[in-house]
Amino acid sequence: MSLEENFPILTEKLTKKFDSFTAVNNIDLTIKKGEIFGFLGPNGSGKSTTIKMLCGILEPTSGKASVLGYDVYTDAEKIKERIGYMSQKFSLYEDLTVDENLEFYGGIYQVPSDQIDQRKEFVLEMADLKGRERELTANLSVGWKQRLALGCALLHQPELLFLDEPTSGVDPLSRRHFWDLLNEMAEEGKTIFVTTHYMDEAEYCYRLAFIFEGRIIALGSPQEIKKTMKEKVFQIQCDQIDRAFQILNQFPQLEEVLIHGANIHIVGAKTDLVKNLIPALLKENKINLLQIKSIEPSLEDVFVSLIGREAREKIRKEFLPCEPPLN
Amino acid sequence: MRKKISQLFRKNRITFLVKKEFLQIKRDKRLLPTIIILPIMQLLLFGYVVSTDVKHLATAICDFDRSAASRQILSSFSNSEYFDFKYYVKSQREIKDLIDEGKARIGIVIPPNFSKKVALGETAHLQIIVDGSDSSSANLALTYASKIIRAESGKVSQELLSKMVVQKPIPNLSPQLRIWYNPNLKSVNFMVPGLMATILMQITLIQIAIAIVKEKELGTLEQLIVTPIKRVEFILGKAIPYALIGFCDVVLIILVGLFWFKVIFQGSLILLLFLSLIFVFANIAVGIFISTISKTQQQAMSTAVFITMPSIMISGFIFPVENMPKVIQYLVYLIPLKYFLIIVRGIFLKGIGLKTLWPQVTPLLILALVMLTLSTRRFQKKLSD
Repeated sequence: MSLEENFPILTEKLTKKFDSFTAVNNIDLTIKKGEIFGFLGPNGSGKSTTIKMLCGILEPTSGKASVLGYDVYTDAEKIKERIGYMSQKFSLYEDLTVDENLEFYGGIYQVPSDQIDQRKEFVLEMADLKGRERELTANLSVGWKQRLALGCALLHQPELLFLDEPTSGVDPLSRRHFWDLLNEMAEEGKTIFVTTHYMDEAEYCYRLAFIFEGRIIALGSPQEIKKTMKEKVFQIQCDQIDRAFQILNQFPQLEEVLIHGANIHIVGAKTDLVKNLIPALLKENKINLLQIKSIEPSLEDVFVSLIGREAREKIRKEFLPCEPPLN
Repeated sequence: MRKKISQLFRKNRITFLVKKEFLQIKRDKRLLPTIIILPIMQLLLFGYVVSTDVKHLATAICDFDRSAASRQILSSFSNSEYFDFKYYVKSQREIKDLIDEGKARIGIVIPPNFSKKVALGETAHLQIIVDGSDSSSANLALTYASKIIRAESGKVSQELLSKMVVQKPIPNLSPQLRIWYNPNLKSVNFMVPGLMATILMQITLIQIAIAIVKEKELGTLEQLIVTPIKRVEFILGKAIPYALIGFCDVVLIILVGLFWFKVIFQGSLILLLFLSLIFVFANIAVGIFISTISKTQQQAMSTAVFITMPSIMISGFIFPVENMPKVIQYLVYLIPLKYFLIIVRGIFLKGIGLKTLWPQVTPLLILALVMLTLSTRRFQKKLSD
């Protein structure tokens, strides 16, 4: 097998500048066939810009990129025949029905007429939209819209899928369902490049890259990334979690305090400081401490410890909190 | 063979685009009325309001002479349909007031010694005061007035001469005026074909620009440019529906023109439709160009107005191009509407064919091709930075 067949996406020093602003800065990626590759980062970190360059709709400023063996500068149109793309914003026609959208994209992708019915059937099945073919797309809920958009991007059976924040604004159950679909497709040998800012979703990826301010700051499988972290993470269980968080966060020696689900995480503090200071501090404020323990870091902990302190404030505001686990 | 062709149509991307566009047009509650009602409204409004005919001007009369001669000349004024005698006043001052207030558009003053001078064979003066604030109707009013006076003075001199010794009729030069193509000089005959051109331009140019920019705004264009669709396919897929709508408007306007305004239609409908198609493509090219420089529908709309308004003003829709400054005249060569106006009026009023129209058709065709090539090139399957 040739290099391109094993690695559908290869980039070298890929860079995009908008005037003086560098949106994507010297990115090197090697994406393997059949993997779900996660691209993680806060809003404005360069995720969508990278995807758009790889899809051939945005000219890079410098660097190299080949997608399915085609150069993004010269063979963009050939790339487009073999990829599926789902943009961040829902971009099917809201004033067309489900069936009309499928029919339209089937036509645009030139799906042979003896196969179109079968493909539409597959998409409707997958998106759980059977019986709603004649409904206007505008009337679908966000989760269904996303699945329909995914379906339209799959009609021509592309071998490589670009999904830009496919689950933003989708309820947890639908998100789970969506990721199950992605897993099935990856098992069939499709390569999936997906961006997200949900940390819990990142755990489903085979490999992932953290992108921050246009640069990749970590790359590997979720396990590998977690192992790179030198600092310890402590998990604190207590009541009045919001108040506890505020108190701890104001304390200068605790550099990184995060709310993680129903717990508080302390990143990068010394063990004795945590063990002595925190119980005293909480007691002083009449907060009931249930447990303090050292744990394996979550991806969010890693990410936060990787970026500079001044950036952390910004991130904390922009990152969506992880969804509580499903029962 | 036929089966192959129908298969080609079914499989073609353009067919899917056209179908999609029509579905959207059908569901758009505002677009359909715009496409059908707007042209009719414009036609009715312009057909009635923008009349360059000057008729029934409110006229104030100040007759100091009060003689048979003065009554005779006044009656020839009132017998024409141009002047309505609304006010009989006693001083010039009052005429001034009436014109100032806008109650009268024209004043006729007959001096006290008018009949005496006529009888003596001297030159008798008669004063016409015109409200020049609307210069074109003032000009026309003066033309009508001098025509009447000239005719009247001809009669008077004939009478005088015949009373004198001469027996033989006096030779007299008189022009035989014949106006061709629009014998009654009705301005609807001139307006309706012109309106057809301007309405067609507005509908196709604005609608296509809006239709493309709307997809940009909604993000559906981004999804489309990630597909292997070709630029030409996309542009034709957008252009064909609006060209068809433009066609329907052409037919609609012709029907309203013929049956409501009783406009003369001398020429070939087929030729008119065929040449309209070239004109439509020129407009679509401009529309596509606008869509490439606009990010929002609002921007597209104002850019479109910025382009169409001056085009209509300087292309000869109302004001003759020949009277415009040289710079403008050169500029007008680049405006498809200029040629199309001559074509439409030629076909409507003169019934002329391609043999006579080719000096207009050739530049129109060249312009359409050049513009279409340029704007298709400008339209990229890329996002702009």
